[in-house]
Amino acid sequence: MPDDIETPAAGLIADNVVGFARALRVAGLPIGPGAVIDALKAMRLIDIGNRADLFTTLKSIFVKRHEHALIFAQAFDLFFRRAEGTESMLDSVPLPPEAQKPPPPASRRVQEAFSQSRNIEGPEIEEKDVQLSVSDREVLQRKDFAQMSAAEIAEVTRAIAQMKLPQAELRTRRFKPDARGQRLDLRRTLRGSLRTGGEIVKFQRLGRIDKPAPIVALLDISGSMTDYTRLFLQFLHAITDARKRVSVFLFGTRLTNVTRALRARDPDEALAACSSSVEDWAGGTRIATSLHNFNNLWGRRVLGQGATVLLISDGLEREADSRLEFEMDRLHRSCRRLIWLNPLLRFEGFEAKAQGIKMMLPHVDEFRPVHNLKSMEGLIAALSSSQPPRRIDSRSAA
Amino acid sequence: MSKIPASVDATLDLLTSRGYLAERSLATVVYLSLKMGRPLFLEGEAGVGKTEIAKVLSTALGRKLIRLQCYEGLDVASAVYEWNSAAQMIAIRLAEASGETDREQLSADVFAEKYLIKRPLLQALEPDVAGPPVLLIDELDRADEAFEAYLLEILSDFQVTIPEFGTVKAPQAPIVIVTSNRTREIHDALKRRCLYHWVDYPNAERELAIVKSRVPNIGAKLSQQVVGFVQALREQDLFKVPGVAETIDWATALTELDARSLTPQVVGDTLGALLKYQDDIGRMQGPALDKVIKEAVNDPAA
Repeated sequence: MPDDIETPAAGLIADNVVGFARALRVAGLPIGPGAVIDALKAMRLIDIGNRADLFTTLKSIFVKRHEHALIFAQAFDLFFRRAEGTESMLDSVPLPPEAQKPPPPASRRVQEAFSQSRNIEGPEIEEKDVQLSVSDREVLQRKDFAQMSAAEIAEVTRAIAQMKLPQAELRTRRFKPDARGQRLDLRRTLRGSLRTGGEIVKFQRLGRIDKPAPIVALLDISGSMTDYTRLFLQFLHAITDARKRVSVFLFGTRLTNVTRALRARDPDEALAACSSSVEDWAGGTRIATSLHNFNNLWGRRVLGQGATVLLISDGLEREADSRLEFEMDRLHRSCRRLIWLNPLLRFEGFEAKAQGIKMMLPHVDEFRPVHNLKSMEGLIAALSSSQPPRRIDSRSAA
Repeated sequence: MSKIPASVDATLDLLTSRGYLAERSLATVVYLSLKMGRPLFLEGEAGVGKTEIAKVLSTALGRKLIRLQCYEGLDVASAVYEWNSAAQMIAIRLAEASGETDREQLSADVFAEKYLIKRPLLQALEPDVAGPPVLLIDELDRADEAFEAYLLEILSDFQVTIPEFGTVKAPQAPIVIVTSNRTREIHDALKRRCLYHWVDYPNAERELAIVKSRVPNIGAKLSQQVVGFVQALREQDLFKVPGVAETIDWATALTELDARSLTPQVVGDTLGALLKYQDDIGRMQGPALDKVIKEAVNDPAA
């Protein structure tokens, strides 16, 4: 019970916990002052000589996401490093297994957090005021992203930032007050009747709530997609900001969930957060492996409520084999609509000759080009139609 | 009503006495949550025993267990409270028939506690002779975000505001266990109010102890092989690896079939108790299955 907790611990331990919390904050864990007070309170309840218990206690308060557990374990090890002599006292109980694993690459981040010497200074970018005439804009609409100058890209970025996704809506099982609804709302009817002395003048009704369908984007960031990656991220940021049910994953040789990073209000901040969380920028492509990881780790989590999947990739996969086909099929079966966006479609007379593309094509509902503003706008229109056709002949749509 | 345990070790003993063999780290957070009066947020894969902990706590402490199973579309009316509109309607008609005209009085009568239908969350705030109940909010990730926001008031202040009735506040905070399978992320605002713990699959030794305590009539050899097999299966690249609940199911199934040890035949027949996806079952056939069985039989868990 909370009543037998007195004032938080003071002195050296308190300083240590505060310092530890600050270090964790620098390492990227969201820790508020409330958590520090909680931690101090909790430490009075346990035997702090017991390293394993101390570890679990601080972890249950400072770590609120499973992904942060590793960083926490490393930081804990560094901060509460066994001092010679006190070792026997502190190590009466072995640490839980996750804290004993050898430190993986992430620990650099923690090391840096402790040294507090990070200089975050990007190269200075000269800003130019770009004003384009109306006819220039017309050209921009159709110009390939890969062939744009920096100024043009800036202009396109601005256009993308203004894109808003109209809500394609799904019917949910929840109800809201609705004058033309199907259901009688007895509760509100009755409350209303009190105003007229118990006489029911008007029946209140309930209708179903419609909710935007979730969108899951899988963006290929391999070397061959370099020219497009940034703009697609801008695009995804624009639609993520407008509606909260968008999940974004980047993949090259591995899969990274950047949904959180993209939620930052400012697009530049969001993109910087994205690139810092990705380790394989502009590397090779392993579509089959990445899809496999997505299906196994995330599929059931984010595709649950009738999601539309945007697969943004050029489909140039070197190791195309039956696994690719299997994973594509699984992805296709677990979502409501699978749209493949391929910048290669910009070439006239594009034919699906590459082995990987041939394998993926039968498993998509729609195959669309995305290489200029025009095609992005087309995509938005397609996403806002509420009743999409399932499984149109993908080849003829191309 | 039992007292809440006074140390981590006491918590561990309490859970063990009811057949829940917890890791020390889990016992630590349970102890802290009881002591600090904070909700405990448990995340982890399906079937690792998140829900079970609430059930065990309620029996061990002799408290009432109130369970709120979340689902998409769960709303305040089915989670917190609802007015019994039909009964209210009758009351109004009766008042009319007896010629009562005082509107204020009527309103006070109609929105009285006897017309309030209490759903799990409101029930959990009520005083109970056995002490504050255990409130299990199960699979919160299935509910909508809107409902999550509603929980914030309940989980931090343990009170509910009913517009017509007033604020109901719990005299003593209930013991709250929130579970999530991570089908989506829960908002940080809610997690901040809770102690967080990730429940992992148990190691071979602990799993063996769990199987022995939950399936008492299982042979020593079979139980070791079962655990060895399941642990080896978790190393495989599967769409959904089996949880502890599945291990117990499978061990029960094998004892029902009077199996003495694992053979490809008997494993193949009962694999459905462990693997729930056709792709996984398909992958675990023939030589792949034989290999895992061989590993489990040769290299027992102990």
